[in-house]
Amino acid sequence: MNSPDLTSEALLTSSQLRALEAESIHIIREVVAEFERPGLLFSGGKDSIVMLHLAVKALRPAKLPFPIIHVDTGHNFPEAIEYRDRTVQNLRIDLVIGSVPDALESGRVQASTLPGASRNRLQTPVLLDTIRDGKFDAVFGGARRDEERARAKERVYSFRDEFGQWDPKNQRPELWNIYNGFTNTGQHIRVFPLSNWTELDIWQYILEEGIELPSIYFAHEREVFERDGMLMAYSEFLKPENGEKVFTEKVRFRTVGDMTITGAVKSDATTLEQVIAEIAVARVSERGASRADDRTAESAMEDRKLEGYF
Amino acid sequence: MELLRIATAGSVDDGKSTLIGRLLFDSKAIYDDVLDSAERHSRKQSSEYFNLALLTDGLRAEREQGITIDVAYRYFATPKRKFILADTPGHVQYTRNMVTGASTADVALVIVDARHGVVEQSRRHAVIAALLGIRHVVVCINKMDLVGYSEEVFRPIQSDLHALLQELEIESHHFIPISALQGDNVVEHSEHMPWYDEGPLLPYLEQLVLPDLTHDKPFRFPVQYVIRPLSNEFHDYRGYAGTIASGTVKVGQEIAVMPSGATTIVTAIESPQGEVSSASEKEAVTIRIADNLDISRGAMLSSATERPRTDNTIDATICWMGEKTSLKPGAMLRIKHTTHTARVMVNSLQCKIDINQISVTGSCEELRLNEIGQVTLRSSEPLVYDDYAGSRGTGSFILIDETTNDTVAAGMIGRPKFLG
Repeated sequence: MNSPDLTSEALLTSSQLRALEAESIHIIREVVAEFERPGLLFSGGKDSIVMLHLAVKALRPAKLPFPIIHVDTGHNFPEAIEYRDRTVQNLRIDLVIGSVPDALESGRVQASTLPGASRNRLQTPVLLDTIRDGKFDAVFGGARRDEERARAKERVYSFRDEFGQWDPKNQRPELWNIYNGFTNTGQHIRVFPLSNWTELDIWQYILEEGIELPSIYFAHEREVFERDGMLMAYSEFLKPENGEKVFTEKVRFRTVGDMTITGAVKSDATTLEQVIAEIAVARVSERGASRADDRTAESAMEDRKLEGYF
Repeated sequence: MELLRIATAGSVDDGKSTLIGRLLFDSKAIYDDVLDSAERHSRKQSSEYFNLALLTDGLRAEREQGITIDVAYRYFATPKRKFILADTPGHVQYTRNMVTGASTADVALVIVDARHGVVEQSRRHAVIAALLGIRHVVVCINKMDLVGYSEEVFRPIQSDLHALLQELEIESHHFIPISALQGDNVVEHSEHMPWYDEGPLLPYLEQLVLPDLTHDKPFRFPVQYVIRPLSNEFHDYRGYAGTIASGTVKVGQEIAVMPSGATTIVTAIESPQGEVSSASEKEAVTIRIADNLDISRGAMLSSATERPRTDNTIDATICWMGEKTSLKPGAMLRIKHTTHTARVMVNSLQCKIDINQISVTGSCEELRLNEIGQVTLRSSEPLVYDDYAGSRGTGSFILIDETTNDTVAAGMIGRPKFLG
């Protein structure tokens, strides 16, 4: 495989990537050995895809002994859902869906009518219900500490109380590679095996391992419109307002989330090598570029995490 | 170059956050939008200069109060190397956090304020680095801009710390005079200190080769999980999954299964890249063996000739981290050591270690939060272990409170050499 031609940027050597891989595999095995009922949060985004890839490696040749969990806002990129369903079939694993549309219909959650509101916040109660109903005692998440400031303080094993809440001032110290997964009934642990990876490390690993991604990660022509400086995909879920104009642009997505809050970036990168080359020189963070949900307040992520968000 | 894991330590106001902000900023690890948000906040606080520390203070409570909670992890990479930095705050919970940060680090970055020289906190940092078996210490003598970039200020601090590190038997160390605020000797060579020609911090860290401590260590492999696919294709497959704690293992090698002591031959090693003929420390692999032995999680595969110790009673140095409780003789706790969980009783608490004096203060009644002491523990099941000084992976453990499930202590088996 050709490596991208980058002279000045920070790509890892293969041995550095292998060190991160070994650490993640250690964490995944520890959870499978110690917990009764783990589950893996899977969005069809690149981080959860890498996490699943690592889980398969950690336990092979055995089949994955736990299900993947998708918290579905109903506003999905069809490409991500197609990828999810194909993955479930290939790996012969179980899929648990926590459905926001179902929760809206049953009245479990109410949609906000405020302008700028998305279904992002509604994911939290649905996720917590799914964890409780499925009796999951450990839930793998693909969050990385480099993503956002509040995440830099998160443990690999992040303890959640009966309400699913994270208490940053009262976290268990985490020493060496010895993780404390003891919980009482109703409590659970969120486990972040990719804690020490950066966005660039993830991309490089995808390249080195030849991992397939949903097509929306690569440049393609799409109908978009500009909102708050971000390019939003035109879809049945999100339409332009107040004179916002729809136009066709060559774009790709840096993250895959709810269609109504995930912004696209202009790009000509149609191969992994080209995507890595673009990211290596990008000057705006992944969340800043493509997540409208983190822009609402300086501490938006911190507030959502306290409530039990992933 | 291997990935470099660094733990930083500093007292309140000695400019640690500024230094880290500077490293992230100058190595371009900070994206523009993150920078914008820090800038906005600087203006909100009406700081005179752009506050680099705001790049690292993560939580709203911290930004408002200007303090740092807990351990935060930072990532930056240069074309030469990736760095993982455990950033520990320098206030009350200090010892606990520094121990936590240092437990996964290869290098300690100790920051000293040039105006104050070696203070109690600096001694404390050095002692914790020594206790945790850090391989290399880099001392940044900061705020050189406030002492006129004077070599006469730098040299005596250097020699004081040099003596301290010698006493702690940390042979591998390096000193750099810097100004994190002005950027002197952080990424770029300082024009203000022509008397110092050993180069700035970042290039130093980029090329740093750590003393190789893994050389010639005996093979240790705590079994994490037994893989049994129970499928037609892999009907009789049984693989022992885990991470190599030390040494090297080869296909065909005779190994011992501890604690039983039975021996067998390695028939296959599976790495994340597929089958390999050998594997070494820190690699996550699956090992298959020739005989059908009773091996489950918590067992250890080891070199057949150099075996670990097996005992129900261990002596260890522990740092107490419980906020609500203290450690007293007779206490019953859970121990998690390698992949093995058991119950332990505190047989005796022999002494407290005064880390400011680097001495033992004699017998004591209890260990409180952030105190370090020497204990004897008796375990409900035999522990398979080595001394921490020789093997971090098989000499470390945590203690867990059985009622709250909190992690209440970090333990290192044996007794640190520098205490005599």
